[in-house]
Amino acid sequence: MVLPSSHSRAGAVADLRYSILSLVAQSFRGNTAWRPVWREPEPKPAYDVVIVGGGGHGLSTAYYLAKEHGIGSIAVVEKSWIGSGNVGRNTTVIRSNYLDHANIPFYEWSLKLWEGLEQDINYNAMVSQRGVLMLYHSDAQRDALARRGNAMRLNGVDAELLDRDAVRRLVPILDFDNARFPIHGGLLQPRGGTVRHDAVAWGYARAADSRGVDIIQNCEVTGITVENGRAVAVETTRGKLHARKIGLACAGNSSRVAALAGLRLPIESHVLQAYVSEGIKPLVPNVITFGAGHFYISQSDKGGLIFGGDIDGYNSYAQRGSTPMIEDVMEGGVSLIPTLSRLRMLRSWGGIMDMSMDGSPIIDKTPIEGLYLNAGWCIGGFKATPAAGWCFAHTIARDAPHELNAAFRLDRFAAGHLIDERGAGAQPNLQ
Amino acid sequence: MLLIPCPYCGPRPEIEFRYAGQAHVARAADPSALSDAEWAQFLYLRDNPRGRHAERWRHTNGCGRFFNCIRDTLTDKIAATYRIGETPPDLAAGAEARR
Repeated sequence: MVLPSSHSRAGAVADLRYSILSLVAQSFRGNTAWRPVWREPEPKPAYDVVIVGGGGHGLSTAYYLAKEHGIGSIAVVEKSWIGSGNVGRNTTVIRSNYLDHANIPFYEWSLKLWEGLEQDINYNAMVSQRGVLMLYHSDAQRDALARRGNAMRLNGVDAELLDRDAVRRLVPILDFDNARFPIHGGLLQPRGGTVRHDAVAWGYARAADSRGVDIIQNCEVTGITVENGRAVAVETTRGKLHARKIGLACAGNSSRVAALAGLRLPIESHVLQAYVSEGIKPLVPNVITFGAGHFYISQSDKGGLIFGGDIDGYNSYAQRGSTPMIEDVMEGGVSLIPTLSRLRMLRSWGGIMDMSMDGSPIIDKTPIEGLYLNAGWCIGGFKATPAAGWCFAHTIARDAPHELNAAFRLDRFAAGHLIDERGAGAQPNLQ
Repeated sequence: MLLIPCPYCGPRPEIEFRYAGQAHVARAADPSALSDAEWAQFLYLRDNPRGRHAERWRHTNGCGRFFNCIRDTLTDKIAATYRIGETPPDLAAGAEARR
């Protein structure tokens, strides 16, 4: 097998910018001149910053460290291939329809970064702002969503409270007259939508690589060296990498990796399943969440319906789920859209979630100098990918959190400053 | 679908049970004597291993009783279940009494 050397490719990577001209030029050459869009470098013995975890959050952190903070020597180490974890296992939804004052500005910043992402990294991530609609089925739910919508608007986020007729015009396929859960209306965030999740990993990887970040795949961290209260190196299956700063972005396995440095986290790992149906003609125009059960659905550009629901509910590192939850989600779906019962489910899969004890994430320094933590994303880490990386990069580079992630502290559990968006208490299986 | 051997009712399907978190997390006799960090440790910090995990389940739609279970969080294999108050079985000695 003949591969170009990493040195020659490094130049090619930096030069190649996607545009209509580059596509036409490549097509005239029979599409034979495309090159790999990131290098596969050997790990160096030392870096300024080593990020553990080559998922969406780790890659975006590396990108913003290089772009916003000018850090020259960065490595991302990934135990498998990049994007093999949760960035490729979610349901691709982006939104900022939160209620808690700690969450709204953060997720809104993430949505703003999504809106400019493709121009910023010169990569088609298929960002589609098709709207996210949360349904209500009772007067009490309408009042709660009106309150949420007002909280969003006070923070400059778009929100529209729709009545039953407006929802019917938008999505006529729903079961409006369900005897138990009739649909009374919904809260729409028009700027919410979906993104092609794999392209997020690839786009950030390419953009980070072009700024000199070493993306090192098949490189599992087996130890974190701590000397005099300071993290100084990660031991990996491909050798020891010294680093001035180490950032952990390995949600799902945060507890295991943090344990290598002697830290115990307020996190349980749970499996969350997602499902896709056979491809059909356009049926669901936006992202819809059922207000009477935990079920949400959207339709990919290929035509498959993508949907999900609750976590299975017990600690798990198995990236597959149990059958009772499949039945539960299908029941929710058929309650909302009865015609789903005539479709075949194509496949299902599971991702491992960092379920934090208050349902909110952690982006913070740790008690160990030079060790930083991005964890606890529960079931909603994908939409946060740009802002999580942006804020984590700031926290690492400046050694202090940004205003946007100042509430996502690791010590909030001891201090009592929980972020009570979900109101579920210290019960990850109920979130 | 897990088949969970309730120590009181025998093997029953997963849907009859509710999970109740890590087992053997003892509540302090005098919580007000604890520091904030110790109280947070009791409330929030968990082992979360990838592998064998001692955990509590409740047979909600059966006998209604809590019990302990040792399950592998990667393979879902249940090595043992035992009643609250009993000491965990010595699995290293191969005592996989209840499968």
